[in-house]
Amino acid sequence: MNRIQSKLQEDKKLLSIYFTAGYPQIDDTVSIIEDLENNGVDMIEIGLPFSDPLADGPTIQESSTKALKNGMTTEKLFQQLKDIRKTVKIPLIIMGYFNPMLQYGVEDFCKKCEEIGIDGLIIPDLPVDVYSEKYQAIFEKHNLINVFLITPQTSEERIRFIDSVSNGFIYMVSSASVTGSTSGFGEDTKDYFKRISEMNLKNPQVVGFGINDKQSFKEATEYSNGAIIGSAFIKDLNKNGTSKISDFVKTLR
Amino acid sequence: MTYQADEKGYYGEFGGAYIPEMLYPNVEELRQQYIQIMQEESFQKEFKELLKDYVGRPTPLYFASRLSEKYNTKIYLKREDLCHTGAHKINNTIGQILMAKSLGKNRIIAETGAGQHGVATATVCALMGIECIVYMGEIDIDRQAPNVARMKMLGATVIPAKSGSRTLKDATNEAIRDWINNPIDTHYIIGSVVGPHPYPDMVARFQSVISEEIKSQLLEKEGREAPDYVVACVGGGSNAAGIYYHYLDNPEVGIIAVEAAGKGILSGESAATSALGKEGIIHGSKTLLMQTPDGQITEPYSISAGLDYPGIGPMHANLFRSGRAEFISITDADAMKAGQELAKLEGIIPAIETSHALAIFEDRKFKKDDIVVLNLSGRGDKDLSTYIEYFNL
Repeated sequence: MNRIQSKLQEDKKLLSIYFTAGYPQIDDTVSIIEDLENNGVDMIEIGLPFSDPLADGPTIQESSTKALKNGMTTEKLFQQLKDIRKTVKIPLIIMGYFNPMLQYGVEDFCKKCEEIGIDGLIIPDLPVDVYSEKYQAIFEKHNLINVFLITPQTSEERIRFIDSVSNGFIYMVSSASVTGSTSGFGEDTKDYFKRISEMNLKNPQVVGFGINDKQSFKEATEYSNGAIIGSAFIKDLNKNGTSKISDFVKTLR
Repeated sequence: MTYQADEKGYYGEFGGAYIPEMLYPNVEELRQQYIQIMQEESFQKEFKELLKDYVGRPTPLYFASRLSEKYNTKIYLKREDLCHTGAHKINNTIGQILMAKSLGKNRIIAETGAGQHGVATATVCALMGIECIVYMGEIDIDRQAPNVARMKMLGATVIPAKSGSRTLKDATNEAIRDWINNPIDTHYIIGSVVGPHPYPDMVARFQSVISEEIKSQLLEKEGREAPDYVVACVGGGSNAAGIYYHYLDNPEVGIIAVEAAGKGILSGESAATSALGKEGIIHGSKTLLMQTPDGQITEPYSISAGLDYPGIGPMHANLFRSGRAEFISITDADAMKAGQELAKLEGIIPAIETSHALAIFEDRKFKKDDIVVLNLSGRGDKDLSTYIEYFNL
C-alpha cells in the first residue's frame, strides 16, 4: 500500500503542508521536510517551482520566482531528495505544473519519483481527461498516486469521473480562487464541504486553498479527512525563516 | 487531411486544453456552445452588421503597384490597418463580445501586450456597455502610455501585472487568475489564436473574415479566388490565422509565416518561436514555446511589442511541424527598413509587426506573375515614437 493510502486510514484529521522547493534558500528543501515531519505534520507537498504558475496567487508565485533565481531545477530537486527516505517516513507529494515534467520526460520523471520514494503528484494543469487517456498507465507503473482537484463549480458527474480515476484522495479546492486569497469560510463553502462529503465518494477528500490558521483548519476538516496549508506557511518562512517552523505548526492544531 | 482544429481542439499534435480544474467549467461552457452560438442567424446578422458599419469592413484588397514593381511580382495588401482602432484585432473582439452576451456574461477581462488588443476590447465593451478590465504588464504600461490612455478614455480599468517578468505572458497569467476567481459572470476575451481549446479555433473563425473577403475580392481583380501565396507576421498568430483560414487546406496556396528574429535568432534577444521553441504547454495549450531546458518559460524580445510572445498558436505550430507553411524570421533592423520603404513607395505607414512581413521581399523572391497577398495587419500610428527614435525623424 502506498504511504498516502495508509496515512489516510489513520483515525485523524491530516495536516498537510505545501512549500516551494528552493525557498527561501536553495538548500533548505531537505531540512524543511525533516522539520515538518518532526513537528507532527502528516503529509508534505513539495512545490516544484514554475515560471508561470497560473493557479497560484502572489505568495506562491513570488516564492517560485525566488526559488528559480536561487537555481532550483527539476534535476536539482531530485538530487536534494535522493536520500530523503533515510530520514523521512510521512507521505511526500510533488506539486508542480506540467511543462517542466514534460521537458524532463513524463516517464523519466515518474521513474525518478519512484526511486526517491515520492508517493504522489499534484499537477494542476494536467486535466483528468488527458491523464486518463495518456499518462495513467505510466503513473501506475511507478506506483504514483495522481491527485486531482475539484472546486465548488465542478459538476457532480465530473466529480464522479474524477473519483473513478483517483486512487488516493481528492483535493477539494475550498472556493473559486487561486491559492492564498481567502481567509475564513462562509456558509456557502461549508455547504459545499457537506455536499461533497454526502456524495460518499470512494476517495477521501483533503481541503486546500484559503486555510491559514487553527480555526480554518478546523472548519475545513469538519467534513473532510484533512487540509493543506501552503501560502500561510510560505509567508511564515518569508517572515521568520526556517528556524520557527515548530512554532508555526503548533499554532495550527 | 485538414489543417483546421479537430473536435478536441488539436491541430495535429498541438492544441488541447491543459487547464487547472478551476477553469474547467468556464472553458467547458464555452466549448460546448461556441459553434452553435456562432451559427445562429441572429448572431451572424449582428456580427456582420457591426463588421460592416462599425469596423468598416470589407477592408480593401489593394494592389501595391510600386512595391510590386520593385520586387518584380504581384503584391496585394489586405488593408486591415483601415479597421476601426487600427488593426485586425477588432474582428475578434466584436465576435467575442457578442459571444459573451449570448452566454449571459456581464464582465469582460482581457490581457494585452502593446495595448492593441486591450484597446479593441475596451472599444467593444464601451459599445455594449459592459464592464471591462484589462491586464497589462507593468513594464508594458510604461512603454505604451498612449494605449493605456485610450483604454481609460474608453472606460476600461487597466490593472498592472506585477508578477514574473511583468509583460504580456504575465498579463495573460493575471487574466487567467481573474477568471479563476470570477467563474460565473465573467468572459475572458483572449486576443490571439492561443490559450486552451476552444480559443484558438474560435478566434481563428472570427478572424477568418479576412480570407473570406480576399476570395471574392481576388476573384473580381484576378479572376481567381486563390492567390499563389498568403503572407502574415506571427506573434500569437491571429492575423495570420485570419488570412490563412480559407486557404489552409488548398495545397495550391503557399503559406508564409513571418516571425520576429529580434536582434538575430542566435543573439539571445529574439522572438522566433519556430526556430527557438520546443514543444510544451503555455497558457493551457500544447504548442511550440521558448523555454529553458528545464521547462521554464523564457522572455522573448522584439522591437515590436505585438510579436514578443514566447509561444505561437497551435495552428501555426502544426503548420510549421508539418511543413505546410514556410517560416521566415526577420530582424528588427530589416523590419524597420521595410516599414520605411512601404511608407515611401505606397504612402502607408505600417505597424512594426506588419513591417516584419513586408521585409521578406528583400530575400524571398517570387515569380513575376505570382500573386502574393500580404496581410497589412495594422497601422503604424501606435509605433510612431519607435519610428521617430529609430530613424531620428
